[in-house]
Amino acid sequence: MDIEQLLRTWAPNLYAYRDRFLTSLSATGEMFLKAGLIAFVVGMLFGIILVVTRRGGIRENLLLYQAANLVVNVFRSIPFIILLIFLIPLTRKVVGTAIGVKGAILPLVFGTVPFYTRQVEVALSSVDEGKIEAARSMGSGTLGLIFRVYLHEAVPELVRVTTVTAISLIGLTTMAGAVGAGGIGSFAINYGQNQNHQDIVNVCVVVLLVLVFLLQSLGNLLAKRTTNRGLITRKHRRDGGVKERKA
Amino acid sequence: MGGSMIELQGLNKTFHLKSGSVDAVRDVSLSIGEGEIYGVIGYSGAGKSTLVRCLNLLEIPDGGLMRIGGDTVFLRDGVAYAGDSDRAPRMKEKQLNRLRRGIGMIFQHFNLLDRSTVFENVAYPLRFTGRSRRQISERVMELLGLVGLTDKADVYPSQLSGGQKQRVAIARALANDPKILLSDEATSALDPEATEAILALLKELNRKLGLTIVLITHEMAVIKSVCQRVAVMENGRVVEEGPVYDIFAHPQTPITRRFVSSTSPLSRVERLMSEDSPLVRPGPCEQLIRLTFDRENVGDHIISTVARQFGIDLNIVLANVEILENSPLGGMIVIISGAPDRVAAALDYLREHHVQTEVMANGH
Repeated sequence: MDIEQLLRTWAPNLYAYRDRFLTSLSATGEMFLKAGLIAFVVGMLFGIILVVTRRGGIRENLLLYQAANLVVNVFRSIPFIILLIFLIPLTRKVVGTAIGVKGAILPLVFGTVPFYTRQVEVALSSVDEGKIEAARSMGSGTLGLIFRVYLHEAVPELVRVTTVTAISLIGLTTMAGAVGAGGIGSFAINYGQNQNHQDIVNVCVVVLLVLVFLLQSLGNLLAKRTTNRGLITRKHRRDGGVKERKA
Repeated sequence: MGGSMIELQGLNKTFHLKSGSVDAVRDVSLSIGEGEIYGVIGYSGAGKSTLVRCLNLLEIPDGGLMRIGGDTVFLRDGVAYAGDSDRAPRMKEKQLNRLRRGIGMIFQHFNLLDRSTVFENVAYPLRFTGRSRRQISERVMELLGLVGLTDKADVYPSQLSGGQKQRVAIARALANDPKILLSDEATSALDPEATEAILALLKELNRKLGLTIVLITHEMAVIKSVCQRVAVMENGRVVEEGPVYDIFAHPQTPITRRFVSSTSPLSRVERLMSEDSPLVRPGPCEQLIRLTFDRENVGDHIISTVARQFGIDLNIVLANVEILENSPLGGMIVIISGAPDRVAAALDYLREHHVQTEVMANGH
């Protein structure tokens, strides 16, 4: 009741369009989750392929590397709003329609994967080559090296880059209104800007800010939790900070 | 000491870089006995790290033949064949991995997984090998007992000192009961105390488990304290090879002499000479001489005999006796003074008694 009163007073236009606002929110949520999940899997795969097949990688394959690298570079160079319309024919073929939330998922994946791939590549490259070499000396094969060394040791880095990518994906979903996918971006334009309802724009900004803030906090928390080093230094300080030294 | 554990014949490895080719290992032939601690020394870039990586095929040599453990590997054009010629089948990734599992390796920077506990690090090579959880756990604790770190099973590597990290790495390297342990500059990142402790541990493991150890280092002191035999590498080649005592007593090549003098307290004489210190400046009718005594004569009263018999004076500037492989090796820097013919006769006498003499400076 209080919130209703508050909205009526401070954002009367938003209150008037509250149903559409909620639909927009859920459209954004759907696009974010579906495209995010697919991009996570595909980007991770591409990132791994780049690291594994590059020159000096554990399964050097320059042809595959160059191909993956080219695809990533090409799609990273296209501004998302162009990509969105450029992909319309493909989207129509793959999912049957190029409009609405359904039609926006594919371009969102194409817009996110190249960025995420690069980030994953950097995260995995931060794993010390010495660890890879040690694991090879213990007889680990390619899969063992990928899962037990690269992915295992890079978890905190991967959490960080996934957070960054997730935040940028929220940005991309706001553009998906261009193909009629709805979402909070198109709501802000159609019902806020175009109808001169500043309160609607303001609330949309606040909602996006909160979303980004929550994502970032979750990412930071997870990254911290997965880094043992951080936990340990804190514990040590509590113990008095004297490191036991014995050879 | 049994037969040979590692045998290399004409091993070659060239790296092709953008800036040109580097012959990292050139025509290396070696034989390392079972249960031996074998040192390979050289400056950085000499090819010793590449050589040790060839032993467990982390680097596939371009050519040559290796017998390692029970395996024979023939190499041609960078392809490994599981036999003694290229008619044998090519080695597949699986076979290479199996071979690597039979050879432990430790590194300068330990290379432990930072996000795994000590226990998990040691368990790494044991997982996915068909062992049960309990078997793994028992084996890990046994290994940690071997290196004296049972109480550290649940801590992370970042909580350990360098020496402790290397102990974990050693436990991990020994998990699959290898007959051979490769050590790539394993003490180079450690302080002197930890270095000594790790070397003592390697010696102990060598004795207890009959482990053959190949130890790469650029420090002659390390070779001196644990190795039985040593190969000196320069520009990819083994330029000198033999029992550590012989190498120290009779270094043949300039690079070996440099390494030997690097650990000898007598090497201070060179600095003193370059500073033109009066300590090492021979006066008129005097000579500055380096004398090297080996196990044949270090116990004899040769110096006093010489002084008495030839009526010359010997002023000892620096002196040192090392114990290598339980044999003494002595060195002395003396200023010898007397009539020139007497001095010459005294030096002849010393040479006859197998004392190496080297005139370092003549007085004027």
